[in-house]
Amino acid sequence: MTTLRIKNAVKRYPNGALAVEGVSVDVEDGELCVFVGPSGCGKSTLLRMVAGLEDVTEGEVELAGRVVNDLEPADRNIAMVFQNYALYPHMSVRKNLAYGLKNRGTPKAEIEAKVQEAAELLQIADYLDRRPGQLSGGQRQRVAMGRAIVRDPAIFLFDEPLSNLDAKLRNQMRLEIKKLQRRLGVAAIYVTHDQVEAMTLADKIVVLNAGKIEQIGTPAEVYGNPATTFVASFIGAPPMNLIPAEAENGAIRLGDQTLNLGLDHRGPVTFGLRPERAHIGASGEGLRMETGVVEELGAIRLVHGRVGPHEITVTQNADQPIPGAEAVLRVEASDIHLFDAETGRRV
Amino acid sequence: MKKAQFSNPWLPYALLAPQMLIIAIFFLWPAAEAIRSSFYLEDPFFGNATFVGLQNYTDAFRASDYQRTAWFTALFVTLVSLLSLAIGLMLAVSADRVLRGQSSYKTLLMWVYAIAPPVAGLIGVMLFDQHIGPLVDFFALFGWEMRLGVNYWDTGIAIIIVSTWKQIPYNFIFFLSGLQSIPNSVKEAARIDCRSERRRFWTITFPLLAPTSFFLLILNITYAMFETFGTIDQMVKDQPGNSPVTLVYKVYRDGFRGNDLGGSAAQSVVLMVLVLILTIVQFRLIERRVHYN
Amino acid sequence: MKYRQILDHVVLLFGVFLMMGPLVVAFLTSTYNHVTIHRQGMQFGWGGQFLDTYQTVLTQQGGFSGEITGLLMTQNSIILGIGFAVGKIVVSMTAAYAIVYFRFRAGTFFFWVIFLTLLLPLEVRILPSYEVAQQLGLLNSYTGLILPLIASATGTFFFRQFFKSVPEELLEASRIDGAGPIQFFWDILVPLSRTMMAAIFIIMFVVGWNQYLWPTIMTTEEQYFTLVRGIQSVMQQMIGADIPYYNEALAMAMLAMLPPALVILIFQRMFIKGLVEQEK
Repeated sequence: MTTLRIKNAVKRYPNGALAVEGVSVDVEDGELCVFVGPSGCGKSTLLRMVAGLEDVTEGEVELAGRVVNDLEPADRNIAMVFQNYALYPHMSVRKNLAYGLKNRGTPKAEIEAKVQEAAELLQIADYLDRRPGQLSGGQRQRVAMGRAIVRDPAIFLFDEPLSNLDAKLRNQMRLEIKKLQRRLGVAAIYVTHDQVEAMTLADKIVVLNAGKIEQIGTPAEVYGNPATTFVASFIGAPPMNLIPAEAENGAIRLGDQTLNLGLDHRGPVTFGLRPERAHIGASGEGLRMETGVVEELGAIRLVHGRVGPHEITVTQNADQPIPGAEAVLRVEASDIHLFDAETGRRV
Repeated sequence: MKKAQFSNPWLPYALLAPQMLIIAIFFLWPAAEAIRSSFYLEDPFFGNATFVGLQNYTDAFRASDYQRTAWFTALFVTLVSLLSLAIGLMLAVSADRVLRGQSSYKTLLMWVYAIAPPVAGLIGVMLFDQHIGPLVDFFALFGWEMRLGVNYWDTGIAIIIVSTWKQIPYNFIFFLSGLQSIPNSVKEAARIDCRSERRRFWTITFPLLAPTSFFLLILNITYAMFETFGTIDQMVKDQPGNSPVTLVYKVYRDGFRGNDLGGSAAQSVVLMVLVLILTIVQFRLIERRVHYN
Repeated sequence: MKYRQILDHVVLLFGVFLMMGPLVVAFLTSTYNHVTIHRQGMQFGWGGQFLDTYQTVLTQQGGFSGEITGLLMTQNSIILGIGFAVGKIVVSMTAAYAIVYFRFRAGTFFFWVIFLTLLLPLEVRILPSYEVAQQLGLLNSYTGLILPLIASATGTFFFRQFFKSVPEELLEASRIDGAGPIQFFWDILVPLSRTMMAAIFIIMFVVGWNQYLWPTIMTTEEQYFTLVRGIQSVMQQMIGADIPYYNEALAMAMLAMLPPALVILIFQRMFIKGLVEQEK
């Protein structure tokens, strides 16, 4: 079953600016769907349209089988975790969790039970009578999630919920969010600009750019078969090397070098190669590379250099010998991505 | 602008109603009345009014009394603003630097803010009283025989001193909080870059305070123009006729004491225009201040 | 370094002398007999008549009609101070709420009307304001005393500024939690504004207490006199008296000063915060 169906959603501001241009996404039951993209790509706007905090200019938002375009946020059966948590600073944790239920007219005993249950699930039962100001960042994060959980929503909406935490806590909370969502089995949309978060959390990734969808797919699909150069450069770290090239007679010409790949495409292309998919050797068949700076990361190292006039970065296991000034990159044909030079689409 | 606002057909109007009602009755109506009657010659005893065009304005501007009051107001506003700003800044700079006793100094220097202008005026009258005033004795040491309420300039100076005194705490509070909001890192960077404390003040601290100072200047001008009314009213009680007063006081005196309704109205319209100019300048400054941040 | 610190202390001590000196002298003088003051001038020591003078001022019926005592004036001052502060907070908070949180056509228009009041200090519209109050029958009443004073723009601007600084997400979170506009105001905004309200209350209490011009022309019946208003009639009696009651006049001045001064000293931090924030 499908929990959420967004159909050709458009958001146009009164000044004519288009934030979202005809986006369609389905979120299935129990699925964790991540909207990822650079800031200003429309991912938060889209989420807020689902929440009812932004009007939908055109298109439909359908939640659990009914169109909710004109419903107030409180009537949509959604729950949201905000970037800065948006906890009510003057209320205790308990009251923060209970406020929404109280407004719905939930009986007191039931509120109490739900708050207690959520608090135990999130391990914040000890802090129920404190105010948000007395809690650490991680604890506030949990309270914000607790406030979402007690509502028993049809879908959770997360708006960059981890961006205010330090790196270590962020990794920990990321895992917790995933476990929690699995355990509750409720569909969720998670908005982030961090591709690592997107890859690790998502059942389904929606890559957005300039208000449009670049690609929808599982993490593996988005990584393995990026639909566009934008997706290719956005997903994966360090990003995919993208080099202008010419395809002719089944071969790729990169400057004065030619790679024989047996492809039947002709014309100008963008040649894509993931840094971790090239094998550096001292000699042999492949792309000649002038090496430059080397960065050690512990288990692996990044080797920066040039192929012709173009910069390129490749990774290498740290137990391999550091290459000399001249090296050769051995590349499998299946690891090469080709994109149309003009449209950026995969060919 | 808030992105997510409420929309409700009547609630915002209901919320604004009390404010708007009071403004309509006690601001707009009297202001319109003032503008209207500034074009009429009104008989205070029989209540009949004749339209006289701009005559009230020209009469007011031509009167030597008005010109003298205008000059005194200009001098008064300039001196009170600059003196109280300068003294307030000096005290704030010192208070910002001392390590011990800062909060006691702050408390003692703030106290006078609580005093109503007429109360300050009353204390001033006593201090400058010819019989009992210690300040008169003090100035007599320098061969100056002060005669409050008799000599025009003696009275003027006394009013300026009391009005300045009353305003110092206000400027002190603002300057001190301005000084304390300069980030420590900036102060420390300046200490590394510049050895001379005086130079540091004029090249780093003072420019950073400049937005506050401009803004305060406007507030001080407003204070000197309007809020000193009570002080002046006390200090010229004996002889308001030939004592120095400000334009605002003259509006009140001509209207209430002199029963020159049209003339008083014309003068108050002139003052409204002055306030308009001050407000525009003030808002320009606020905008600039926003850009600073 | 050491020299610098000493100089700062000298400057500050001189400042304290300048600011507090007149008040100390005024207070000390008020503890003397009026004849002594008349003969020897203002005093720099303790006069021993403290209780007598202040008791007289507080309880003896003064004024021309004899209807007013210092205590009654204090009471009127408190009514004016609190009424002014509370009225101003209520009126300006609701107005600011409407302007910041509602999308409605006339919002900008109303904002400019409120802005307009900045152009009309009471002093420049005093005569017509008096006439309006007279026509409405508000002379010599607490309503007439307080109402015209409370609708100036400063309070509204202050709360508008504060409301704008409240994170938008709180409104969104509460909308998701099912709160309507009135609930949001009561449950979230008012509790969040508590410190701001307290700061504004302190400032406005002092401003209200210290009102002079409006009470002076509004109240001719002495039973409505405030302490600050009473100063004027004290002065009138002093002029022309053989031996003016300097001590009682000064005692009145001290009484008029004390409550606002205490409020400011006790709530010093909040007061400074309110004052500085208000002008932003």
